[in-house]
Amino acid sequence: MHGLAFDVAHMLAGSLVLVSFMLLYQDRLYALLNIFALHALVLAASVAWQASVQNAPHLFVTAGIALIFKAIIIPTALHRIIVQLGIHRQIENVVGVGLTMLLGIGLVALSMVVMLRVTSGADPLAREDLAFALSVVLLGLLMMVTRRNAVSQVIGFMSLENGLVLAATGAKGMPLVVEISIAFSVLIAFVIIGIFLFRIRERFDTVDVQALDRFRGERQ
Amino acid sequence: MTFDALAGVLLIPVVAAALLAALPGYRLTARINVAAALLTFATAVSMFFVEPRFGPFLLVDDLNKVFIVLTTLVGFTTAMFSASYIGHEIEIGRLTPRFVRFYHAMYQILMFAMNLALVANNIGLMWVAIEMATLTTVLMVGIYRTHEALEAAWKYFILGSVGIGLALFGTILVYMAAQPVVGEGLDAMVWTALMRRAASFDPELLDAAFVFLLLGYGTKVGLAPLHAWLPDAHAEGPTPISAVLSGLLLNVALYAVLRFKILLAINPGAIAPGPLMVTMGLISCLLGAFMLYRRRDIKRMFAYSSIEHMGIIVFAFGMGGPLANFAGLLHMTMHSLTKSAIFFAVGHVTQVKGTQKIAEIGGLTVTHPVLGWALVLGVVAIAGLPPLGIFMSEFLVVTSTFAREPWLAALLGLGILIALGGLFLRLNGIAFGEPRGSTAPAQASYAPMFAHLAVVLVAGVYLPPTLVAGFENVARLLG
Repeated sequence: MHGLAFDVAHMLAGSLVLVSFMLLYQDRLYALLNIFALHALVLAASVAWQASVQNAPHLFVTAGIALIFKAIIIPTALHRIIVQLGIHRQIENVVGVGLTMLLGIGLVALSMVVMLRVTSGADPLAREDLAFALSVVLLGLLMMVTRRNAVSQVIGFMSLENGLVLAATGAKGMPLVVEISIAFSVLIAFVIIGIFLFRIRERFDTVDVQALDRFRGERQ
Repeated sequence: MTFDALAGVLLIPVVAAALLAALPGYRLTARINVAAALLTFATAVSMFFVEPRFGPFLLVDDLNKVFIVLTTLVGFTTAMFSASYIGHEIEIGRLTPRFVRFYHAMYQILMFAMNLALVANNIGLMWVAIEMATLTTVLMVGIYRTHEALEAAWKYFILGSVGIGLALFGTILVYMAAQPVVGEGLDAMVWTALMRRAASFDPELLDAAFVFLLLGYGTKVGLAPLHAWLPDAHAEGPTPISAVLSGLLLNVALYAVLRFKILLAINPGAIAPGPLMVTMGLISCLLGAFMLYRRRDIKRMFAYSSIEHMGIIVFAFGMGGPLANFAGLLHMTMHSLTKSAIFFAVGHVTQVKGTQKIAEIGGLTVTHPVLGWALVLGVVAIAGLPPLGIFMSEFLVVTSTFAREPWLAALLGLGILIALGGLFLRLNGIAFGEPRGSTAPAQASYAPMFAHLAVVLVAGVYLPPTLVAGFENVARLLG
């Protein structure tokens, strides 16, 4: 029985890393949003599995938040925003897909090496989870670095947060305080981003962050 | 017990924020803001006389008392400066009354978040508080809604979230390290419980955790190479926020790093956190110093000076030992007071001149003698010339390092000298030389900035024995 629990958890966490890779090369915003919804869905499944394996019912709350808030509400809202901004047909130039993927693979290898080494004493389930979680976090960072569009950067940030949730649920018995705070911070982050996008649109007629760079304070 | 100082420093700002969000009218709200900040400061000071009780969520010890008092003091003086600054912004129509209401409420929420981060006895709670402080400042930086302000806020938000994300990962790793020893649940996140048992944690996990925490919270301290948000955020937000960012928020993030450093020091198998901090501090100091040259924006220039000084402070704490820690604490206090005083002066200067470009500001000591000389005094202090307080602390940092690692001391001294050159090069044009820009009289509140500078001046000549004893005690705690 323990073997099964471990295998499923392993598979779900691994799938999350895989979906992170899928996020990296999406060049259409709609597709990007859909993949992000899938990302959140896999996260919800993974958290729910952890909840039942660890016998920790409060984790179901986290899973529910991931499912309802991240997989449904946020993608829908972002859909609306990009339609309103009129950028839903836009195709983003993802610079060097091959290179980005190679970098991503390197980051995953790095996080495996680092995490598996330092957690040699910990419970095997937590070890694997943590290694995958760090991969997701680093891939989220990579996405934020390589994208120029503000919406894509936000999605990169949210996938990073998903990795953190995975890590937090992998750590056995971590108090609920943290999960709530994560959900809360995502909410705040989203509100803020909404305001920002709105204003950026209002002022620049674009959500391309490169346009923002033109207004660097010192380059008058 | 009817009076609890610990609850006071948290509740007063919250109540004030609610009040300020509801009340219209700028004059009244600015006064309430100042009064609330003063009350918080008084409550914080009372902690030295009446030892507050603390539990699993909140904590008061000698280390965070210093930080709380410094935070609430600068919070109070900045509120005074902010009252006259915002008054001018309303007059020239840069801010509408609706935004002022928002601004004041946010100011108090920021105070609340910083105090909470300082008194939190739980690593998760501390993380939440620092995140909250970040988000409020993001909103404040973007308040003018110009292109530059939005870009600065966006950059700050993105880099700040990355830092915050890394810090959370580090926090989770600390929990993982503590959980087999302390047991599952809340206890494994409580500082006081962690400190007692840290010696038997898994050292490798703690090492990994500290790297993430240093990078994560280090972003908020403004350590290179994660400092890119800092100059923009300082330059584009309202000047009182620049003062609070430089004087306080950087310290609060530093406090988090220090707490985890103590935790690592208890564990015999963990890496020494010192070399990591020394390296990052030194790089920040040198980078900040070199970046002072060729600055065209006055607020941006002093933001780079903050990076330089945070580098020196982190360097000092990284060296460790009673003397270096003492020097670090003193330098942190002096830097907070001096840098906020400089931003007070700069805020009035930019308002009078109507620009932040250094090229368009000149001959201040002729056109606005009081402001001009205050700025000169501030820059002399921040550059580390005797007899002011920063000279003392920098001298202590360099000499205590020199006895142990002469090469590092030489590099640090080089950074300080380069910064001095850069600052004076610009100061010469700003304060002396041909008068440029508007000569309209300034409506300034001089009290906060001269109070800060007076403290810095006195500290350079004479440190009261009780203060020295207190700092020495904290320096021992820091190991």
